[in-house]
Amino acid sequence: MYDLIVIGGGPAGLAAACSAWESGLRSILIVERDQELGGILNQCIHSGFGLQYFKEELTGPEYAARFVELLSQTGVEVRLDTMVLDITPEREVHMVGKTTGYRIEKARAIVLAMGCRERTRGAIAIPGTRPAGVFTAGAAQRYVNVEGYLPGRQVVILGSGDIGLIMARRMTLEGAKVLACVEVMPYSGGLNRNIVQCLQDFSIPLYLSHTVTDIRGKERVEQVVVSEVGPDRRPIPGTEMIFDCDTLLLSVGLLPENELTQQAGIAIDPRTRGAVVYENMETSMPGVFACGNVCHVHDLVDYVTAESQRAGAAASAYVQSSPAPSGPVLEVKNGPGVTYTVPQKIRPERVEKNCGIFFRVNRICGDSEIVVSSGETEIARFKREHLAPGEMEHISLPRVLLDRADDTLTVSIREVN
Amino acid sequence: MKELICITCPKGCHLKVDEENGYAVTGNACPRGEAYGRAELIHPTRVVTSTVRCTGGSRPRCPVKTSAPVPKDKMFDVISALDAICLQAPVRIGQVVLPDVCGTGADIVVTKNI
Amino acid sequence: MQDVLIIGCGIIGAAAAFELSRYQLRVTILEKENDVADGTTKANSAILHAGYDPLPGSLMARLNVRGVELAKELCQRLDVPYQACGSFVLAFTPEECAALETLKARGVANGVPGLAILTGDEARRMEPNLSDQVMAALFAPTAAICSPWEYCLALAETAVQNGAELHLETMVTGMEKQEDHWLVHTTKGDFAARYIINAAGVSADLVHDMALPHSFTIRPSRGEYYLLDKAEGRRVKRTIFQCPNKDGKGVLVSPTVHGNLIVGPNACPVVGDDTSTTADGLEFVRSTALKSVPSIAFGQSIRNFAGVRAHAVGGDDFILQETDGFVDAAGICSPGLSAAPAIAEYLVELLQKAGMVLEKKQTFVCERRRTRFKELPPEGRAALVQQNPSFGRVICRCETVTEGEILEALHSPIPPRSVDAVKRRINAGMGRCQGGFCGPRVVEILARELGLRPEQIQQDKNGTWLLCGETKGGRADV
Repeated sequence: MYDLIVIGGGPAGLAAACSAWESGLRSILIVERDQELGGILNQCIHSGFGLQYFKEELTGPEYAARFVELLSQTGVEVRLDTMVLDITPEREVHMVGKTTGYRIEKARAIVLAMGCRERTRGAIAIPGTRPAGVFTAGAAQRYVNVEGYLPGRQVVILGSGDIGLIMARRMTLEGAKVLACVEVMPYSGGLNRNIVQCLQDFSIPLYLSHTVTDIRGKERVEQVVVSEVGPDRRPIPGTEMIFDCDTLLLSVGLLPENELTQQAGIAIDPRTRGAVVYENMETSMPGVFACGNVCHVHDLVDYVTAESQRAGAAASAYVQSSPAPSGPVLEVKNGPGVTYTVPQKIRPERVEKNCGIFFRVNRICGDSEIVVSSGETEIARFKREHLAPGEMEHISLPRVLLDRADDTLTVSIREVN
Repeated sequence: MKELICITCPKGCHLKVDEENGYAVTGNACPRGEAYGRAELIHPTRVVTSTVRCTGGSRPRCPVKTSAPVPKDKMFDVISALDAICLQAPVRIGQVVLPDVCGTGADIVVTKNI
Repeated sequence: MQDVLIIGCGIIGAAAAFELSRYQLRVTILEKENDVADGTTKANSAILHAGYDPLPGSLMARLNVRGVELAKELCQRLDVPYQACGSFVLAFTPEECAALETLKARGVANGVPGLAILTGDEARRMEPNLSDQVMAALFAPTAAICSPWEYCLALAETAVQNGAELHLETMVTGMEKQEDHWLVHTTKGDFAARYIINAAGVSADLVHDMALPHSFTIRPSRGEYYLLDKAEGRRVKRTIFQCPNKDGKGVLVSPTVHGNLIVGPNACPVVGDDTSTTADGLEFVRSTALKSVPSIAFGQSIRNFAGVRAHAVGGDDFILQETDGFVDAAGICSPGLSAAPAIAEYLVELLQKAGMVLEKKQTFVCERRRTRFKELPPEGRAALVQQNPSFGRVICRCETVTEGEILEALHSPIPPRSVDAVKRRINAGMGRCQGGFCGPRVVEILARELGLRPEQIQQDKNGTWLLCGETKGGRADV
């Protein structure tokens, strides 16, 4: 019996385990499916990580190494090359590994930190032939950065999320020609800095309000057809541009990886596609916590770290004090302009001083107010000069304000003209 | 007056740099933005990251970076200089693989323990 | 000299080879692609139809009903995923209700057991997600679903186990009738055989014309599909059809044996094996399917694909005929998959009538087993990993496929040569991430096990390369 089993040894799992150790747990196991810790950071060899947390700019592997170093100073046990197959309501974790065999381990608490996966061509129904050469940006990133192979020479990228932008630069530097980056929305889903240093630095055109409407080529991609889309995001006939290329990279969104969570019967929020969590990242199954991209997709690993440290500490508190069922629960709802919130539920009596709420907006906004209300009553208001769907937003609500709420809290956006 | 997006951090401040007025920077939220805005117009530089071959480890490639930003127009030269390199594991983060790459004054250093 | 040369290793070629391998005959199969099941067989609805559609008295009717009966036992013995799920044909109007009666009568004439017409409410009680607009449904309890490519693979593998020879990447380029045999020219040299079976699918007319005067034309008809995530896999328990129309059986909604939901197809005449999908075609499929099952969450789509059916111009029936020892198995559109083992029996009858002597083998093997880690109980998994640790390494996380299963496939009678060939054998890459995660790992294992460089590994057919060389243009071995 472990005090805590952490599923996933990426940035979320590492931070959760370290923090649980710091807050007193001594019997902790991390289960990682890869042959090393660090998760997706290992293939994100570009720099730009850690500015918030370490106040310096690190590459992905360096950021991971900082936490692996921290972890090595603890007594946390790590099982690599081991895949978790099942979690039962009794908190038994079924896992299998080449060297570790098939094992069933029981835990007092579990942290889910399985990360996310990429949306694929099938999810967005791009018509055309089905040749080789259509890759998700992350798969291409693995080939280029981990295996050292180039998956194509003439590349079109669909989606301007950060992974797509980063891969535009990586492919260009490693010898490919990136012909275009195509984004269906009228704005980029990635950070401005990445548009500058990954596209503009290499004169790669960014086509906003465009999408791929046809893939051609029998064996390997030969052409990609790009069309402009109208405000309804439907292609406008007559606007087709044809690119001769051998590769199409897709950077069309990330989805939390929640098969284990669902199998275990834990409630999932259809908006985040992650577990419904309370203020301390606890899921609907007592003693099971979720953090990082498995809970909701983050833009910065620094925020994953912070969230996971809270989850680790909460798991530790759960094991050490087995809190009794609590009193009132506030439902957090997304109002106009907001697509989701994390947490989805708050137990005010579990909040010490402040409760952070993370959310995303559904459009680019200029001068705006984030309004928190309960029923008809406005509880708090926060000013922002700029809001974008690609950037996760965060507010912090003092405990005293929570006490003023009834059953629900609604977060909405009001643009100030 | 030149408008730029600052790339030093994820915030992406919209900078204005006045070339005629001693490259005065406005719109920045921190001193790093000021330095970036000035440098970007006078002498733009970037950190370059890539991989080199590595034998004896669990993976065929070792990620590396320039220890400091290098002139933007030298990026491809830096990458070419890496093609001939093959490391032997074990390697440690910070280990210098190639000093003063392409005469930029920056070193190529390892970014992963293998 | 071969006794029988089979051209094409789709489901029909494989079934024929399997059936012939029961006898003391030298059987060779030629397949132009680098794997079996690479044409129509891998892209269809995966349905074993009960047999009420074809007109009574037709070959289709007889062989369909016989075929699904044979499939039941074959799938079990050869370890092919098979599920007797049953099917509904829905009626939305009084005219369609009448059509159900016609279908039922046809089914009864064809010998289909258990057919019943249900009221809309009865149908909805069995399938709660059916539309409120459904007035009646024809229930066919003997309809089933299977894994078509595994069915083909299992038949071909078993034929090979029983001595048949399979030549992949071997395309027939010409044929000459000699005194007592046929001389077949291919891209890999000449083959001589007393009898030929033409199971070339959409190319069957071209192959026929190499041997005999032109007698039929194949006009492929393309069908486009959605494959939905397992989250939608239980939306219906049975295969749900609408009333058939002039283009075929119409758009169906069905569970798959892999736990997904399949939705399609439309029907669109195409030239050659054009398996591209179109925005209009997919939209038609989507909106038509929602008429049957309004709650399908198309946001859960994980793949679109299209397949071509080898439809013969003007023909409403399979073309199964023999001339001078050359046997056509052509125009095998739906219900070809359902009828396959019965078609094979029929082909053997044709050969026998043409003078071929059949003597049973003493040692015919009719067993095949594949390790399916995912389906084992915990104790079974533990024992397997202990015995062979490579079953402890999960390569495809969506479908829980292990390295051990890939290695097992690589040592099977027809080893996979491409990433998709691995997928067809053991499901790696079939899941919701569509190989995004396991693709690079499968490439690595294939390169290692086949002694190839990663850039030599193909996604599927030859020419479907994945990697163009090392980054920076360099080569590791320089």
